[in-house]
Amino acid sequence: MADTTKTIISTSPFLHDQATTPRIMWEVVFSMVPVLLAGFYYFGISAVLVTVVTVLACLGTEWVFAGDKRTILDGSALITGILLAFTLPPGFPLWMAFVGGVAAIGMGKIIWGGLGQNVFNPALVGRAFLQAAFPTAITTWELPDGRYLEARGANLALPFFKDNTVDAISAATPLAKMKFDHALTPWWDLLTGNTSGCIGETSAGLLLLLGLYLVARRLINWRIPLAMALTVVILTSALYFSAPQQYPPPHFMLLAGGFMIGAVFMATDLVTSPLTPKGVWIYSIGIGILIVVIRVWGGLPEGVMYAILMMNAATPLINKFTKTRVYGH
Amino acid sequence: MTDQDQHISAKLTFRHGVHPEEYKELSASAPIERMPFVDLYTLPLNQHIGAPSKPIVRVGQYVRRGEMIAEPGGFVSVGLHSPVDGTVTAIDLFDHPNGQMSPAIQIKIDPFSTQQLPKPNLPPVEEMTYPEFINQVQRAGIVGMGGAAFPAHVKFSIPEGKSCRYMMLNGCECEPFLTCDHRVMLEYSDALLDGTRILYQFTRGEKVYIAIEANKPDAIQKLKAAVGQTDLPLEVVPLQVKYPQGAEKMMITAILGEEVPTQKLPLDVGTMVSNVGTIAALSDYFRLGKPLIERVITVTGTAVRRPANLLVPIGTPMRQVVEYCGGITDPNPRILLGGPMMGMVQKNLDVPVIKGTSGILILTEQEVRDLDTYSCIRCGRCLDACPLFLNPARMGLLAKNGLWDEMEEYNVMDCFECASCSYVCPSNIPLVQSFRVAKSIIREKKARNKNV
Ligand code: SF4
Ligand code: SF4
Repeated sequence: MADTTKTIISTSPFLHDQATTPRIMWEVVFSMVPVLLAGFYYFGISAVLVTVVTVLACLGTEWVFAGDKRTILDGSALITGILLAFTLPPGFPLWMAFVGGVAAIGMGKIIWGGLGQNVFNPALVGRAFLQAAFPTAITTWELPDGRYLEARGANLALPFFKDNTVDAISAATPLAKMKFDHALTPWWDLLTGNTSGCIGETSAGLLLLLGLYLVARRLINWRIPLAMALTVVILTSALYFSAPQQYPPPHFMLLAGGFMIGAVFMATDLVTSPLTPKGVWIYSIGIGILIVVIRVWGGLPEGVMYAILMMNAATPLINKFTKTRVYGH
Repeated sequence: MTDQDQHISAKLTFRHGVHPEEYKELSASAPIERMPFVDLYTLPLNQHIGAPSKPIVRVGQYVRRGEMIAEPGGFVSVGLHSPVDGTVTAIDLFDHPNGQMSPAIQIKIDPFSTQQLPKPNLPPVEEMTYPEFINQVQRAGIVGMGGAAFPAHVKFSIPEGKSCRYMMLNGCECEPFLTCDHRVMLEYSDALLDGTRILYQFTRGEKVYIAIEANKPDAIQKLKAAVGQTDLPLEVVPLQVKYPQGAEKMMITAILGEEVPTQKLPLDVGTMVSNVGTIAALSDYFRLGKPLIERVITVTGTAVRRPANLLVPIGTPMRQVVEYCGGITDPNPRILLGGPMMGMVQKNLDVPVIKGTSGILILTEQEVRDLDTYSCIRCGRCLDACPLFLNPARMGLLAKNGLWDEMEEYNVMDCFECASCSYVCPSNIPLVQSFRVAKSIIREKKARNKNV
């Protein structure tokens, strides 16, 4: 057997493209820094604290359980940690964030066999776990208010204690306002991120720019955000123009909540999205449809996470049934 | 790469493919030099695809330069000739560049050997019939010089019911480092056009294309000018610089916009493709009486002292060729036959240059060090690279688990091992490497099933 590997290694090609997997991962990490800065701008030190905790939890879990320790350095666990933080409210208790990080890597990656083997986006697995375990904390929102150095909300709550110092006032997210009060948040606030919401999701404009950057660097598949956006726009336009009082306008659907971060950073995860162009179209359109269905008719205001997780689940099947057309066939 | 602005703009190409660094500047401007004679020549009987040639000389016999020493061993086989005046010293097993011991004829040079060739005793090619021409090409020992060494006369024979509408001369030379076709087009353009005329006399057809990648502007210009002087329906087509542009199918698709159906040959879409060196060899034989006894090869790489393009007599030991180029500068070099994308590792330099040798590439240990391998991150880059639209990621996974039948369903047998997938894979997964193994296993399995 040893002999086979040797012959394999010593056969052509002897040139290799510059890109390596760690390099790709690290470039994605760097592309997320502006989002973190925006989170700090709106939600102060809380955004940073939550991110640091989820990252530590992810790296630690990877360190303890991964068979191949190189994965600490390849950037992939770092990405999961940062992305998980981006989907949490800024005032989220830090100990819960830690639990979420452990769940993300442990349940989202390690049990599948590590890098490249998982079916679901690990960050979203962590987030879904937290949603199930701590439904109240994860829907308690903060408004951007210029308090930079103050840990806000329940950040410092102790594990499993009812913390009475927490003010119970939650600032409704734009999606909740729409769903429950049919109140529209101004599009300028959505674009810049001047609303309540998760740490990394509020600034739609910034996410859009980063998406363009990632597409230009060929780090994400352009088909995914495009097909998701088109699907959402087409479906919601049909609804909106048939009954404007009842349904949200299409631009709102794109700019509010987790759509942008989902389209740019979550759905585009290489490992958990399909391989073939045809498969990618099916997957992305599927996510778009599910987002609209959940947001408009579901019980929850937000649906991006579940939409992506559901299509993640379908990805192995999609890969199996979308064969590429081979040259000359 | 350095003279970007000199590049001729070319739009024609195929879909997908990759852009490895070219490294052609090492040897592109070095004119073809004649490799001096050496003492001993080893001429394997199986330098081509097909049946080995059959020796017609005995040990001790004196042979002249250009004299046939082995005759074709069947239809898919060619003649073999002595590259020098000298004495047959052995007909025995010798090391072959393919790594095995193979029967070969060894000739010790007569110290007074010259470049003189015996007077050709051929009738003018213009008076030959098609079968006579095919027979002569076979006797001349001419094979495809692009690397595969498929007997040229077989390729030139048009089967019943097919016709050759287009002839394509392949001067793409898309493998990095190699420059021998480039130099042939520049320096042997007369022989190239004359060879084209000879072949066209028999194949006819609507058009003859000379396909050249746009990174050889001097060759494009030279041939464009020369084409104007002929009455042949010739056209020089610059193609985009992209690997593997020189693969037969990719070139046909680039020029005609058509795909060659799977398991079919270029002639099934009315096309005959030949390497430029092969065509020039026709002129050498039919005008000068020189069979295929020498060829142009590129000796290059970052670990060779003086990269060069050499006209080397077939049978010259590679060690002496490399020494002629100043020797190797790295204590632990990696030696390849052919280019870096598809070339074969050569552990032993004590083997002869054969008809299919297009280049000897010597890289430093540093350049070929093995990169770390990671799991497939399903980035899809290999799918975007594969010129045949295969799914290397999927096939790689199947290969890892030994699922050969499933690989066949994914058309692994269509893969022509261009290595574009392995080149781009950021996880450095040995994709093409495992497809080679898979293909041979599947082929063996089929052969076995047939025998049962
Ligand atoms: S290029 Fe490599 S890592 Fe990317 S999908 Fe293909 S096999 Fe997987
Ligand atoms: S699968 Fe085969 S044909 Fe496709 S890129 Fe890889 S080596 Fe080339």
